[in-house]
Amino acid sequence: MDWFFNFPDMSRSDLREFKKTVDFAFTDFSRSYGAEIEGFFEPLLMFLVWFEKFFINTPWPLIIFGILVLAWIGSRSITVVIGTFLSFMLIGYFGMWEDTMSTLAIILVATFLCISIGIPMGIAMARSNKIQAIIVPVLDVMQTIPSFVYLIPVVMLLGIGKVPGLIAVCIYAIPPIVRLTNLGIRLVDKDVLEAADSFGANYWQKLFGVQMPLALPTIFAGVNQTIMMALAMVVIASMIGVKGLGLPVLRAISNQYLALGLMNGLAIVVLAIIFDRVTQKFGLRMQKYRNDGKD
Amino acid sequence: MSENDVLIQVNQLYKIFGDNTNEALELVKNEMGKDELLEKCNCVLGLNNINLDINKAKIQVVMGLSGSGKSTLIRHLNRLIEPTSGEILVNNQDILSLSQKELIQFRQNNMSMVFQKFALFPHKTVLQNVGYGLAVQNIPEKEWNEKAEKWINRVGLDGYETYFPGQLSGGMQQRVGLARALATDAEILLMDEAFSALDPLIRSEMQNILLDLQNELHKTIIFITHDLDEALKIGDRIAILRDGSMVQDSDPQEIIMHPADDYVSDFIKDINRARVIQAKSIMTPTKVKSSGATVKEDMVLEDILQIMSDAPTKPVTIEDSKGKVTGKIEMDNLIEGMKRPKSQGTNITG
Repeated sequence: MDWFFNFPDMSRSDLREFKKTVDFAFTDFSRSYGAEIEGFFEPLLMFLVWFEKFFINTPWPLIIFGILVLAWIGSRSITVVIGTFLSFMLIGYFGMWEDTMSTLAIILVATFLCISIGIPMGIAMARSNKIQAIIVPVLDVMQTIPSFVYLIPVVMLLGIGKVPGLIAVCIYAIPPIVRLTNLGIRLVDKDVLEAADSFGANYWQKLFGVQMPLALPTIFAGVNQTIMMALAMVVIASMIGVKGLGLPVLRAISNQYLALGLMNGLAIVVLAIIFDRVTQKFGLRMQKYRNDGKD
Repeated sequence: MSENDVLIQVNQLYKIFGDNTNEALELVKNEMGKDELLEKCNCVLGLNNINLDINKAKIQVVMGLSGSGKSTLIRHLNRLIEPTSGEILVNNQDILSLSQKELIQFRQNNMSMVFQKFALFPHKTVLQNVGYGLAVQNIPEKEWNEKAEKWINRVGLDGYETYFPGQLSGGMQQRVGLARALATDAEILLMDEAFSALDPLIRSEMQNILLDLQNELHKTIIFITHDLDEALKIGDRIAILRDGSMVQDSDPQEIIMHPADDYVSDFIKDINRARVIQAKSIMTPTKVKSSGATVKEDMVLEDILQIMSDAPTKPVTIEDSKGKVTGKIEMDNLIEGMKRPKSQGTNITG
């Protein structure tokens, strides 16, 4: 009856061997291909460095002006623009300008990457139930696995730095855009699709002329969520060498600096709110046909 | 009806929804009914051996209660639904043999469709909606804008080009749907309960628009409806479906005078016969002029009654559209024609 009370697990030595094998296999893999993989990401790294420098080196009034213009284009709301202006002035005044610029740079690049990979993935999922059946569990894993766990292989492969940080952020942030693109396309009214069919529209005409435009509000909710999750990931990514607002937060945790942690944490919150309001307003405006065609 | 050319031929068309349709098809061909089929192999019988010839430049109405398969039938004509077995010829071309590419071509050029729930593109303006069938053919924007504009005017929506469908009333939306279908100049127009979602006044108005257009354009129209008054108003021929089978396909007058079975009788029970039945359906054929007034053979009984009430004993003379005498009607014929056929309805006794 021993097996009844103690789980019949594998022996300790076997288990040790098993773990060792996996570890060595991956170490070997990263030793033999690490350089190539790093080389593959080299252009991305150069772009990231250039982009960050661009944000940091451009005089702050120009940056703020640019951000305000974008906020206006996105939201068409004077309240949002004023709020954005005050937030960035405060961030600068409390000495967090440079870190904020670094964070902004990586968030923008991460969002761009997530959109350019995530939307095509979502489209493929919407097209075929088989592809959906394959991708959904992958997304489940990406969303639930503790982010520290996938930091390990990423660091083993690429070391510490901006690119592994960016990859970690993308893994964490990409699921919503994929899911919501898929959902948005699948929710498009069947009657309307039938009409497109009856007039002889082909797959691409239906996709870009009917499905994507009607799915845009949902897709935009996905973009919004992706940006929010990327911002949330910034602190964890700073553990593997991403500069920006996350680093001071990390320092504050290890040294119990309450004020430092609070300030930088709130700066992240402020960025998140600005991104959220601007993208949401933009998403709303894109469906003006739903509210009687008025802006 | 020798003057008509058959444009669309539907031959032995079967549609069975579900898995294992081959086995189910055999059962259906061996006369298994809809309910039994559902029980035995979990398949739904959509269409059961439909044979239908549709004449060129005529309005063919397909009628039936909901679930009778009329919408399924019309979707076979442009292959929005694939049949389980059978043959569909359009202009003697077997459309079931078309490849995906040819099918798209066929839909662009030969058939267009109007939907019960309008199915307009909510994110496109009225102009873009009407021009959609042309835009997917990669016709230059300027060209399709012009054509769309023309059809928007034709259905009486000028000035609404930049509106979105959501800003229009139901009647206006269906005018957009009609214009969208007409804009491609397709010879065949499929109308799936196109006016059923509209209120009675607007519906009647749309029916008149359609008849006006038809006088001018001479399209081949397949019109689905569950409303007999509508069918009688616009149909050149009426086919009646029940549980996926064709019950009767004939001239509207024929359906009222000689319903094929109780199901059809039930359908026509509530109509105002005096307002629908025409002189030619009840007249006694003769070449001799009678003593009463002379009327055309498509005059309805109600109007003849009006004329005869002045001189009830004199039979009226019936003539055809060329003025030749074809028959006569006496008061007894009128009364006989207006009463319901024997087989149906409640008989009032005592």
